Amino acid sequence: MADLKVQIIEALNMKHLKPEDIGDDQPLFVKGLGLDSIDALELIVMMQQQYGIKINDPKEGPQVFQTVRTMAEYITANKNA
Amino acid sequence: MEGNFLTGFCRIHERKIVTHAQSFPASTEPLSEFLDGMYSKVMRDYPKFYKMDTLSKLGVLATEFVVGEKDLTMYAPEEVAVVLANKHASLDTDLAFQKSIDKMASPALFVYTLPNIVTGEICIRNGWKGENAFFIQETFDLEFHTHYVNSLLETGNTKACLAGWVDVIGEDHDVFLYLVEKVNRKGSVEHSKENLFNLYTQ
Repeated sequence: MADLKVQIIEALNMKHLKPEDIGDDQPLFVKGLGLDSIDALELIVMMQQQYGIKINDPKEGPQVFQTVRTMAEYITANKNA
Repeated sequence: MEGNFLTGFCRIHERKIVTHAQSFPASTEPLSEFLDGMYSKVMRDYPKFYKMDTLSKLGVLATEFVVGEKDLTMYAPEEVAVVLANKHASLDTDLAFQKSIDKMASPALFVYTLPNIVTGEICIRNGWKGENAFFIQETFDLEFHTHYVNSLLETGNTKACLAGWVDVIGEDHDVFLYLVEKVNRKGSVEHSKENLFNLYTQ
């Protein structure tokens, strides 16, 4: 998950954060890291570029991008799908 | 002295910053590193800065210097206007976005592909909700700006106006933002074309 945190920081230009500043189960949006809808789109682009994973069902988004852990689990489950 | 007053300014040119209160020597860093470095020196409490395009970073940073320690709480949000202009519109970001399309279009870049986004970023940061305008001009037209800002202050709801020039293309940048108010603060000068010219060209 450390690599994923580095990728998230780079994709979202969060230069004020280090990977260890992001908790595995910390909410990414609203009161957690405070990400917004544009950040969500950037995360979708990052998943596609880095892992070749497309989120085809928009309803999956809120669950996939809940935390770093949920993202990592989704990537693991879909990387070789 | 009657009329309106220039109560603060910030000039950013060739990676050098000069304001009504302080100056920073020219830097040799690339523009993006220079701006991020200045952010960490003078702002630090607004990490959204890192996500902005260069035009917005220049505008937000310059405004931070223009406002400085001034207490603007005497104004309602609707009483502070923002009037900006530049030559290259959002071309710097437009080109970066075009380049990103080769791989995958960046949503974060796309939202900055309008020149007046910098106005929005400045207003969000400072809580201003007044009149705003963004003009595309070949050069910084001092006469036009002086007249336009005075008109705003003399008619309607505007009591203070952030105005000026904020332009960037690649590493080239040219910024001169200033605050015009009806009140005469310590160190203020008359809002006139001549005074603007002197500050812009110093």
